Amino acid sequence: MWEYTDKTKEHFLHPRNVGDMEDADAVAEVGSIACGDALKLYLKLDENQRIVDARFKTFGCASAIASSSALTEMVKGMTLEDAEKVTDKQIADFLGGLPKEKMHCSVMGREALLKAISNYRGAPEPAVEGNVVCECFGVTDVEVERAIRENNLATVEDITNYTKAGGGCGSCVDTLQEILQQVRSEMTAAPPPRPKMTNLQKIKKIEETLEREIRPALRQDGGDIELVDVVGNRVLVATRGACATCQASAQTLENFVEKKLRELVWPELVVEEVSS
Amino acid sequence: MKTIYMDNNATTQVAREVVEVMLPYFHDLYGNPSSMHSFGGQVGRKLREAREQVARLIGASPEEIIFTSCGTESDNAAIRSALMSQPGKRHVVTSRVEHPAVKGLCTQLVHEGYRVTEVGVDSEGRLDMDQYKRSLTSETAVVSLMWANNETGVIFPVEEAARMARSRGILFHSDAVQAVGKIPINMQESVMDMLSISGHKLHGPKGIGVLYLRKGTKFYPYLIGGHQEQGRRAGTENTPSIIGLGKACELAAQNMEAENTRVKELRDKLEETLLARVPRSRVNGDRVHRLPNTSNISFEYVEGEGILLMMDEHGICASSGSACTSGSLQPSHVLRAMGVPFTMAHGSIRFSLSVYNTEEEIDYVIDRLPPILEQLRSMSPYWTAGEGACASQG
Repeated sequence: MWEYTDKTKEHFLHPRNVGDMEDADAVAEVGSIACGDALKLYLKLDENQRIVDARFKTFGCASAIASSSALTEMVKGMTLEDAEKVTDKQIADFLGGLPKEKMHCSVMGREALLKAISNYRGAPEPAVEGNVVCECFGVTDVEVERAIRENNLATVEDITNYTKAGGGCGSCVDTLQEILQQVRSEMTAAPPPRPKMTNLQKIKKIEETLEREIRPALRQDGGDIELVDVVGNRVLVATRGACATCQASAQTLENFVEKKLRELVWPELVVEEVSS
Repeated sequence: MKTIYMDNNATTQVAREVVEVMLPYFHDLYGNPSSMHSFGGQVGRKLREAREQVARLIGASPEEIIFTSCGTESDNAAIRSALMSQPGKRHVVTSRVEHPAVKGLCTQLVHEGYRVTEVGVDSEGRLDMDQYKRSLTSETAVVSLMWANNETGVIFPVEEAARMARSRGILFHSDAVQAVGKIPINMQESVMDMLSISGHKLHGPKGIGVLYLRKGTKFYPYLIGGHQEQGRRAGTENTPSIIGLGKACELAAQNMEAENTRVKELRDKLEETLLARVPRSRVNGDRVHRLPNTSNISFEYVEGEGILLMMDEHGICASSGSACTSGSLQPSHVLRAMGVPFTMAHGSIRFSLSVYNTEEEIDYVIDRLPPILEQLRSMSPYWTAGEGACASQG
């Protein structure tokens, strides 16, 4: 028996928002009876494109019904922009988590949501992205890759749990393994080397970043920072004002100043405080 | 809440009488039957008795009974031994609807370089006898066909199939785990070489199985070690379970008639009433050649796991051939082999009764299930009121 959370069971036994909607603004259908899962989603919007009502009809297992119920509850009150950002994981988290073999049920919810929004916007039916790798369930390499990246999947079994790919005849398992290896190696590889920066360019960029990103925040607390020198990747700074006497300034330098500079200027920079 | 147990093809309640004969052999009479002292020897005598009880149920002689740990072990031991005893023959014939114990092993055999033919079934789950006959060659080492299907209860013509194999010098094994205790079996009148039995399917304990091995059949043990079971299955005997299984076999013989009259009538009442009350429902499998306790019904446009969980809320236990319940993404291989349409396969529910079920329980299920199906169908995008008005497909 599956280990469903109480919340999943509750949403299955007493699903919210079941039914059709006659005057829906956005409608989408995903899945098919052959897959064993299908979801029809209806959205009603107000004049500000905020979702005021959501309804669904689902053919599928308990977690598919619970995920649909959760999705409709979650998106009510959201703008379309916010609704677009709902992830598979958020739907599963709403239910206190789903067994990993059932994650594709929450994926179906998000697919329906995105499709309904794009239908509403009148965007042309998006052409199928990529090439179908799993013939049994019509899953493309692009979908597989996205699932791997978004959910940090590590095995072919994970891919099947999230996308269904490979769960039918199994003939695409080798292809899935190749995609997995490719994507995983891209995910773990170091970012591409940046173009070399001259010391002058580096100093200029550090100054700009300090001025634009860092000083405004420090000044709010009555502090300030001054660039003393740059030696290789060592950024020598002096703190001023409140920062100079603040107990937490070392943390501020490491967690805020250094982090920002590494992010925006050069990933290997080290910030050091000097008295000047 | 009372438990209404209708999942007896999954496992059965150990009979009270069985538990009672087992209990002394855990704490008081714990001796090893192989020991030279009389403390162990008395257990050995009890094992002999159990062996006779098992043999009697299937019309075998006691020395043809090998105790194993489960049906799966019996299946593996039988097929492996048949292959080892005929190293020149590298072909196995089986069916597309076997239990995973045989199906999984056959997949492994393919990896090891054996050729496996899976004989198909028709839409009623009946074996394609023409294909079967054609598949038997001079290369074939062994045939393994289940006696009765665990999901649909459909009974294969195994005796006829065994005669066809034997006449070509091919060993024949049957996984009879679902059949033993439910329908009469007599190995004296059979030509089969090997047969698998599982204790927990006939109100015996879990963790005990039997391999019937016809006298004179060459055998290569699966577990190698001590001399137990005449050197055919090493490992200290599971004495309480063997003794319990003996009792369970004795009880099964006594209950055989009730199984085929009262249990069958209860099954038929459940099945016929549900078919009449629930539109778009049908029975999967041959209704004539079928175990008396099993009914596999599909309810179109609903998904089995939902049905099971809602029945669970009422204390009703059954199982489903839907994809979602199995952890795989495809519905049951048995229903797919029968060509049951997806709309039906996902909504299949198996009820499997036992002599412990009552008419009140049947009435309770008949009362509770139709509203559950209505509720799930009302959520299904494929279900419309118009279809609901359609007559049952029977």
